[in-house]
Amino acid sequence: MKQADIVIVGAGAVGSALARELSKYKLKVIVVEKNEDLGGDSSKSNSAIIHTGYDAKPGTLESQLVVAANPMYDKIAADLDVPFARIGALLPAFTDEQFAQLPALKHKAMMNRVYDIEYKTGEQLLAMEPSLNPDVKGGLYIPRESIIDPFLLCIGLAENAADNGVEFLLGTKCTGIKVEEGAVTTVNTTAGDIATKYVINAAGLYCDEVASFVGKNDYYVNPRKGQFYILDKNTSCKVGMIILPIPTKVTKGKLMCPTIHGNMLVGPTAEDLLDKEDKSTNVEGLESIAADVRKMIPGVNLRDTITQYAGLRAQRNPEGLNIDVYDDLKGYVNLSGVRSTGLTASVSIAKYVVDLMLENGLQTEFKSDFNPIRKGTPRFAELSAEERAALIAKDPRYGNIVCRCETVTEGQICDAIHRTLGARSVDGVKRRLRAGMGRCQGGFCGPRVIEILARELGISPEEVRKNDPGSEMLVEKAR
Amino acid sequence: MSKIYDVIIVGGGPAGLAAAVGAKNAGAKDVLIVERDSTLGGILEQCIHPGFGLKTFGEELTGPEYARRYIKKVLDLGVEYKLDTMVLEVGKDTVTGINSKDGLFVAQGKSIVLAMGCRERTRGAIMTPGTRPAGVYTAGAAQRLVNRQNMMVGKKVVILGSGDIGMIMARRMTLEGAKVLAVAELMDYTAGLTRNRVQCLEDFGIPLLLSHTIVEIKGNKRVEGVVIAEVDPATKKPIAGTEKLYECDTLLLSCGLIPENELSKKAGIKLNRTTSGPEVNQFMQTNIPSVFACGNVVHVNDLADNVSEESERAGKYAALYAEGKLPAGKEIPTIPGNNVRYICPQRINPAEPATLFFRAAMPQKNVTVKVFAKDKELSSRKLIKINPGEMEKVEVKPEQLEGAEAVTIQVIQ
Repeated sequence: MKQADIVIVGAGAVGSALARELSKYKLKVIVVEKNEDLGGDSSKSNSAIIHTGYDAKPGTLESQLVVAANPMYDKIAADLDVPFARIGALLPAFTDEQFAQLPALKHKAMMNRVYDIEYKTGEQLLAMEPSLNPDVKGGLYIPRESIIDPFLLCIGLAENAADNGVEFLLGTKCTGIKVEEGAVTTVNTTAGDIATKYVINAAGLYCDEVASFVGKNDYYVNPRKGQFYILDKNTSCKVGMIILPIPTKVTKGKLMCPTIHGNMLVGPTAEDLLDKEDKSTNVEGLESIAADVRKMIPGVNLRDTITQYAGLRAQRNPEGLNIDVYDDLKGYVNLSGVRSTGLTASVSIAKYVVDLMLENGLQTEFKSDFNPIRKGTPRFAELSAEERAALIAKDPRYGNIVCRCETVTEGQICDAIHRTLGARSVDGVKRRLRAGMGRCQGGFCGPRVIEILARELGISPEEVRKNDPGSEMLVEKAR
Repeated sequence: MSKIYDVIIVGGGPAGLAAAVGAKNAGAKDVLIVERDSTLGGILEQCIHPGFGLKTFGEELTGPEYARRYIKKVLDLGVEYKLDTMVLEVGKDTVTGINSKDGLFVAQGKSIVLAMGCRERTRGAIMTPGTRPAGVYTAGAAQRLVNRQNMMVGKKVVILGSGDIGMIMARRMTLEGAKVLAVAELMDYTAGLTRNRVQCLEDFGIPLLLSHTIVEIKGNKRVEGVVIAEVDPATKKPIAGTEKLYECDTLLLSCGLIPENELSKKAGIKLNRTTSGPEVNQFMQTNIPSVFACGNVVHVNDLADNVSEESERAGKYAALYAEGKLPAGKEIPTIPGNNVRYICPQRINPAEPATLFFRAAMPQKNVTVKVFAKDKELSSRKLIKINPGEMEKVEVKPEQLEGAEAVTIQVIQ
């Protein structure tokens, strides 16, 4: 049987951040993740915004953690080589009713200690963002709202954790938790049992199911679907900041913002569902996005869309971010209600949880050899001519461009496959490097990526998958 | 690289090969082809079906056979080429490329020919809703996997769009033992050639569903089915209640081709809104006088033979330009009239003869194609039918164009 001090269930943003935080201590940590790759479910399909927490409910744990997380990102992004930019957000009001809401929104931001929020006149907003509907009456500017590469955040956190000694069991589902005499003793998984003193439930969308293994499911999670469009980098109407609507009771509403790689992102919807697997897009949802976002950005050109996707936020019922330890269940930590702000809060949640565990009797010591730095695969598209030439001179595979839309080379793909917790699938390559994320959506590089994956992993092309088992790209050899 | 080429050609597919031949035959000394794939021939290498060469060689060849003939000409003529090389930037007299051997390089040319071809419209671009499983391919990507990498992409297939590659893949997949359940086409006519509809669908009993589209893709890991609905021919919107589930493991998309003009845009070349390709004159010269363009990067052709003919001309005129011998002068526009979607070239030098290629906007029967210069009718020709999937052409001569300010083509029923 495998032995651990701590088992983390889930390798989304929160599980990965926890793994990295715990890797600073002399602990044997194992992460079990049901998916074949890092990045969980909700963590990989969201708006990729690092929030300030300006609109959280003041006084809540969610407010505390989101507000605390935002300033941490400059260092985390630099240490982990994750693309990140503080582009700021605008909250424009177009109607008198919306305009009347601005003081309350600003006050809420102040209550959340987001003191750098500012009023702007309509004129000022138009100067900052000329694509706005010229009817804009005024609004709020939130300078620290930021954008990040959500895939590389999870991957960076997890890779760094692994390099510092954490073991990741991917494609491994937690199937039970054994409790003896009021304390966790064992985690059952599809890859065998793990003896452990602690288990942290960071299962996101599925945290209620994991909690049910120990009878702590006094809540349930329903997925709240968000559909998005991604527009071509060359689209005719772009914005430079995150353009947020004045929120309603149900949702923060549909926004438009650049992605960290220069595409435009438009969405999301907010649809409450029951099926945790339903990540399909639909006409009604996509049309509602178009209608709503056009009110703010009349020129948004959805004909320049290159893809649409849907993600599922983990909506807790009853609502609220909860981090719980239990007097009657030693060694069990339950995280629930980590929703759309979870990507942002992952890094502060990790700090908070570790502190909570130390307060509750976790005995451990700091490591002297924790290395906070993770160097990612070179981003060839962003390099200068000299840097490119130097890479090719060192490894000629960097001279072979496989994905022409995003300028991704064979050298990068090989690096992404062979590094710590490397890519094992077409989506794995895509999320790490962007091969296939451009305007041709893998039409050109797809067949080539399959070939490289098969060759580098020593498997047959029929075994190459899009992501999880059952998503094989090819069926058999032709003749 | 200190050598200055007479002509540098970006792309070694049917257009690039023919442009090289045209340039050499017109007297260019140093001609370079830069090709991103590991062989010359471009998309022809995966088009293993017959139907090529009827116009050019008077016999029916497969794509690779057709390519071989041009590759042999190119080699015999001493054209230089670089394979596995991606062009990153085109200037008015430079081509910046990258490969494993040379690293990053800049090649100098007196003239440049753009022959990058086109790419396929994707699922995202046509906004097909549903899940995002494995098993959704553009027809061309599937064609590469099946014909060049010898891998079957699926066993039970639905095809969306009746473009030529889609219809050809319907037949190809059937011959490889797959079951093609249907080809669904949004329009009320096929997008591709009539001969492909007959030889690839009808001859194999593959149902063609005109005025139909896919309203949902099902399956979380691999495609499990698609829902097809009838559309109102006027609005193109699905008609509620007509949805039908087709259980399948693969969806191929053949929903249009888009000229690949990322490099052209960066170079400041003026593109046409309808064709999405560079605007050219009859010499295939773009708004940058030293830069020429030909083949599918200019406008999507239905026959490789037409691409070859057009590209040989582009190569010839690029060579003349390099020698300073290309006629220059005032140009006049060509204007699409009734039931004409576009005309290529978009402008002509009236002092030189010109072939005007054009496509109809919609299918019509028993039409007359008339060419006008203002009110003066230059020519008139009767056609039994005209089809957007099949390109037409008319010739105009300098003696017809004296004093003309524009040329218009009208298709009149």
